[in-house]
Amino acid sequence: MTRITVGPFNRVEGDLEVRLDIESGRVTRAEVTAPLYRGFEQILEGRPSLDALVIAPRICGICSVSQSIAAAAALRQAMGIAAAPNGVLAANIAHAAENAADHLTHFYIFFMPDFARDVYASHAWHSATAERFAATKGSAARDALPARARLLEIMGLIAGKWPHSLAFQPGGTTRAIELGERVRLNAIAASFRGFLERVVFADKLENVLALSTSDELDRWREGRAGDFAHFLRLADALALADLGSGPGLLMSFGAYHDFNGARFRAGVRTSSGEVHALPSDGITEDVSHAWMHDTSLDPAESRTVPDADKADAYSWCKAPRLAGEPVEVGALARQAIDGQPLITALLASGRSNVRNRVIARLIETARLALSIEHWIKGLRLNEPFCDSSASAADGNFVGLVEAARGSLGHWLAVRSGRIERYQIIAPTSWNFSPRDADGVAGPLEQALVGTEVGTAGARAVGIQHVVRSFDPCMVCTAH
Amino acid sequence: MVGSEGTIRMLWLQGASCGGCTMSILESGASGWFDELRQSGIDLVWHPSVSEQTGDEVVELLEAIRDGRERLDLLVLEGSVARGPGLTGRFNMLAGTNRSIYHWLLDLAPLADYVVAVGSCAAYGGIPAAGINPTDAVGLQFEGSDIGGALGAGFRSKRGLPVINVAGCAPHPGWMMESLLALTSGDLSADGLDAVGRPTFIANHLAHHGCSRNEFYEFKASAETMSERGCLMEHLGCRATQAVGDCNQRSWNGGGSCTKGGYACIACTSPGFESAQNYLQTAKLAGIPVGLPTDMPKAWFVALAALSKSATPRRVRVNATADHVVVPPGRAGDKRRP
Repeated sequence: MTRITVGPFNRVEGDLEVRLDIESGRVTRAEVTAPLYRGFEQILEGRPSLDALVIAPRICGICSVSQSIAAAAALRQAMGIAAAPNGVLAANIAHAAENAADHLTHFYIFFMPDFARDVYASHAWHSATAERFAATKGSAARDALPARARLLEIMGLIAGKWPHSLAFQPGGTTRAIELGERVRLNAIAASFRGFLERVVFADKLENVLALSTSDELDRWREGRAGDFAHFLRLADALALADLGSGPGLLMSFGAYHDFNGARFRAGVRTSSGEVHALPSDGITEDVSHAWMHDTSLDPAESRTVPDADKADAYSWCKAPRLAGEPVEVGALARQAIDGQPLITALLASGRSNVRNRVIARLIETARLALSIEHWIKGLRLNEPFCDSSASAADGNFVGLVEAARGSLGHWLAVRSGRIERYQIIAPTSWNFSPRDADGVAGPLEQALVGTEVGTAGARAVGIQHVVRSFDPCMVCTAH
Repeated sequence: MVGSEGTIRMLWLQGASCGGCTMSILESGASGWFDELRQSGIDLVWHPSVSEQTGDEVVELLEAIRDGRERLDLLVLEGSVARGPGLTGRFNMLAGTNRSIYHWLLDLAPLADYVVAVGSCAAYGGIPAAGINPTDAVGLQFEGSDIGGALGAGFRSKRGLPVINVAGCAPHPGWMMESLLALTSGDLSADGLDAVGRPTFIANHLAHHGCSRNEFYEFKASAETMSERGCLMEHLGCRATQAVGDCNQRSWNGGGSCTKGGYACIACTSPGFESAQNYLQTAKLAGIPVGLPTDMPKAWFVALAALSKSATPRRVRVNATADHVVVPPGRAGDKRRP
């Protein structure tokens, strides 16, 4: 057995180190380390409760709107108020724009460049793939980065700027949209649809979302241009559906609530495909392998107290569990639990894997583009966007939302208008958690086992695909 | 500073960061940031979010720079320097190296022609330095507004400059790119920096300049709750008259800014902005905001405010506390058509 360390593990958001035990050219055990701790939960303690809207989103530069929305949701509960209907829609539009921008960033900047590596130079597909996707040099970034910047112009209209906006308040959003601005929002949504239909899918979004079986997907991609079909051919050539199988349980807190409920519904999906209601009171955080002092397993009661010298610890990330089990979160979980037909069909013939995680992100991006168009139409321009807030009551409150990478929860305890405790469980805290007290490995730690490294050791590209398929956000993970 | 290969070699590292400065700069450039760098002659030798090289390929590159085998023209840091616990830097290890970012920076910074701190974290400590500062986070050359930080007051990069602080949370992509390009063209020197290391082409402006709410400011017609159109200074915590930055003279994300977005400037370009509290409420003494413009006698400000309040047109007064225009512009006394 040999032990190798992979790091700095880049093209992920934030810092990541992975240690692998290798036997006979395969991974037999993995340990995932979040090597950065900043102490946001400690920084938040004792502050006026509304300061959470300034501090908490700055955990993450890639999903700051999600963090804002989780903080605002917890505060809204503490105030016992509802947000103005326009504010709900405007927040959904901005949140979906961030989510979609993150999926584009992941696909084009973080994930696809690995297929341009020299290790694949002998494959017939390599030269076209390298021309398109090579990191910082490929032609795809010249399409994708301006499209991302254009999509993020939604933030200029709704949120002032991105990342890190104060537009998302308990009572709604802070900028009323006028007619000219709605027209501009429509134009941005139309250019986003244009990019997706021209560059990503080479087809109408409605046609892509009508695909509902694996066979239909295979027929659809035959001879098709576009980067999604390009990926599907690579996924077949490299058997990415056989790589990086997750723990089986999938979870979603539900996303984009409006007057018709959640656009993507909440729940838990078992490995046999049953979807159950979310038992959110079964969420715990175990610190047995984190450099943290024990306080409470319940995020509503626990605190974060670092212990840098703790024996047997190997990460700043705590180990979240649902009813004691590790769960995988993200676009795949969200779409599976929502019953999206293609994702449901793909999961029926296997568990989560590298290929399905990427497909789910792109399918979700298509759905988000349609949702953004729908919500823009729903704005009632002469009605308020932000209702008055109230003072926060004493007690324990929670904001559960979905960020691009999966389930995000903010647990807030208020006393005399100040933050007594603040606990955050981010999507990658779930996916990249260390072991728990029973020695059960986290989702990525499980997904890496069995990955072939051959003689390449730490440079094995399969490791890169498995890790990046989760689209980790390490800055959220340990905060 | 163009090297033998005709390119400027830039290394970008992340300390105790949220990655937001990178997310912002990825919005730069009409055909994308990578194209913009190429057109500007900048070779991004490594960036944690975008480069192909990973793991030991990166460690080899960093060692080659450290040992003088590879040239380093621009060293950019995003995120604060977490020195704790006890100056070990263990709260922020550079993965795969068993060495902290803090110690890597101590090695690499003196080897660079120029060292640039992007964002208020790398510049002054920023949000990780707030409250009890759990990780002993500081900026590269400042700890809040006190000179020192991780590299020390006397630090100068190879070209004789202190750390260039492109403050902001997150900074405008243009602030970062223009600072980098002004350095590489030799147009940014020590006299182009203010007392806390910010390029004066940004810091000679106030966030207030060009604010779309300026008519409300002139008449002290103030918003009372979030999303109203009036000035945000009197009640809602806006610090734009004190915070440096040309925030309202350029567009963020195609047309926005914080005050256009309907919320207060929290002075994110200022050292120590993270230590404020109650950001969205104006602190007052005897009913008068304590954070008045710093370069104007307070008595004059109060007198002018009283005068302008008494001269406020009805249109401005009414619209200030509405989230939509209620009274459109028109000559005083005009009757609106039915």
